[in-house]
Amino acid sequence: MNRVALFVRAAFARAYPRIVGLIREPTWMIQETVLPILAVAAYALVYRTLHAPDELVAFVILGGAMTAFWLNVLWAMGAQFFWERDSGLLEIYVLAPAPLMAILAGMALGGIFMTLVRAVAILAVGLFVFGVRLEPSSWLALFGVFALTLLALYGLGMIFASAFLMWGREAWHVVNLLQEPVYLLSGLNYPVRTLGTVLATIAAALPLTVGVDALRQLLFGEAAVGLMPVGWEVALLAVAAVLFLALAAWSLATLERRARAEGRLSTRNQ
Amino acid sequence: MPEAIATEDLRRTYRRSGRDGSDRVALDAVTLQVRPGELFGLLGPNGAGKTTLIKILTTLLLPTSGRAWVDGLDVATQAEAIRPRINMVSGGESSGYGLLTVRENLWLFSQLYGVPTRTARERIDKMLAVVSLADRAGTKVSQLSTGLRQKMNFCRGFITDPKILFLDEPTLGLDVQAARAIRAFVRDWLAEKPDRTLLLTTHYMQEADELCDRVAIIDQGRLLACDTPEGLKRQVRREATFEIDLAPGPQRWEDLAFVPGVVRCTATVDANRSVLRLALDEEPVVGRVVQAIVERGGHILRLRNEAPTLEDVFVRLVGRNLEAGEP
Repeated sequence: MNRVALFVRAAFARAYPRIVGLIREPTWMIQETVLPILAVAAYALVYRTLHAPDELVAFVILGGAMTAFWLNVLWAMGAQFFWERDSGLLEIYVLAPAPLMAILAGMALGGIFMTLVRAVAILAVGLFVFGVRLEPSSWLALFGVFALTLLALYGLGMIFASAFLMWGREAWHVVNLLQEPVYLLSGLNYPVRTLGTVLATIAAALPLTVGVDALRQLLFGEAAVGLMPVGWEVALLAVAAVLFLALAAWSLATLERRARAEGRLSTRNQ
Repeated sequence: MPEAIATEDLRRTYRRSGRDGSDRVALDAVTLQVRPGELFGLLGPNGAGKTTLIKILTTLLLPTSGRAWVDGLDVATQAEAIRPRINMVSGGESSGYGLLTVRENLWLFSQLYGVPTRTARERIDKMLAVVSLADRAGTKVSQLSTGLRQKMNFCRGFITDPKILFLDEPTLGLDVQAARAIRAFVRDWLAEKPDRTLLLTTHYMQEADELCDRVAIIDQGRLLACDTPEGLKRQVRREATFEIDLAPGPQRWEDLAFVPGVVRCTATVDANRSVLRLALDEEPVVGRVVQAIVERGGHILRLRNEAPTLEDVFVRLVGRNLEAGEP
């Protein structure tokens, strides 16, 4: 079988449990939709109480939707190898001929599908409860930037996953540490330019920051108080996507070999 | 044709977490060859190094030194080429996604090897019938007992039709009937295609004796012996032993020890019979013993050749039985 066909089969197979999980465990929906909606609603109500411009409420809604993808990248993808090792599945994946990149692509695909439900629920609340209006300058550009942001984000997730392959619990702590600072730096609930030039420039290294900023500019124009022109942000996202995916492939191969050398792929070493 | 599996001076150590920082030796200078088509058994107590050896051969672990080849390919440098040719199932393994059914889990794993869905379905049906799990094909794995999950994992090893299969304690914890069905299937599976090879580790001596063409005994990381089960038994068999049941009578049988070629003779007598246990220089001596018994008016009820078992071989080589575990 050629490598592309094997990659596609393996990726689809790994996505399958996540997609099926949506239907078979409906209680999961409550956790994935109601709770994030409450968190986002709290921010939106604060802005409303302060009589902030409508765009800020829209920022929170969009930020809330994009947060779901960031969390998915961290915990349902990066950390997944940690769980898979503990449950004995990692060995099965490593000794199979399908590349680990295909397994991660499957996790990403399944994860995006699951996360879309959460993102759509948040957007729906924004549209129908808070009256947010989505009128992008170009729907095509909006979807293009969204797809590019996801590509870069999940590329970053694949790098995290390779770290989990090698360091397991230690990687867990690092990822835990990353969660809140990334929320802050990504400007998910406010225009990132508010952080000042230095911090905003540092924050621009994160695809989430750049992606969210570009999406806001496409949706709200000048009111978005953009960090840089959308064209630049698209270029940055494209570079990040290619770079992260290439780095992920390299680090997966390198760290898999190191994990084999150090006996870290399995829990039983007798 | 290359050996199905070969190792040369294979060594694997693990860094000990502790103050002394010394390494624990899991495998030490292991050299062995497994021929294509063979069913090869690895016997050893817990911690002997069996699983480490299997993990190296299945590309999950690199050796610290020495080399290993699977189907002629180096495990250290040609892992990607080895993986499509092999599969592994570990006993006691309970892998699988709980929210998927048995059939869905097996399909998922088959896709990692690029098995077309239709072929995968056929093989899944066949394997589920083998392990009597067909009626649970649509059951979520989270609702299966450990034993049933283990049966599912056994199926996982075969649905990819590997050229070389590694089974690490495949019947551990299974009921007698299931273990018997699995052993029968393994034999048929190997007979179906002569180039298939199977490496099996087991705690069950009888299983190894019954199934394996050759057996290697491993302890504390070292290979102690490697031969056919019969060859191994011959190695430890220094004298022939027989047990003879006799009808009750007035005779005293201990002096049969004076028959030429008899090394020892013990007799236990009860109201219904006398039981003689004889150790002989060689098997044909039993003829002289039988003649001596008949000449003394003895009536033989039963005569049994007490051949050594693999367990005897194991105890002789390792110094303890399997259940005793690590020294």
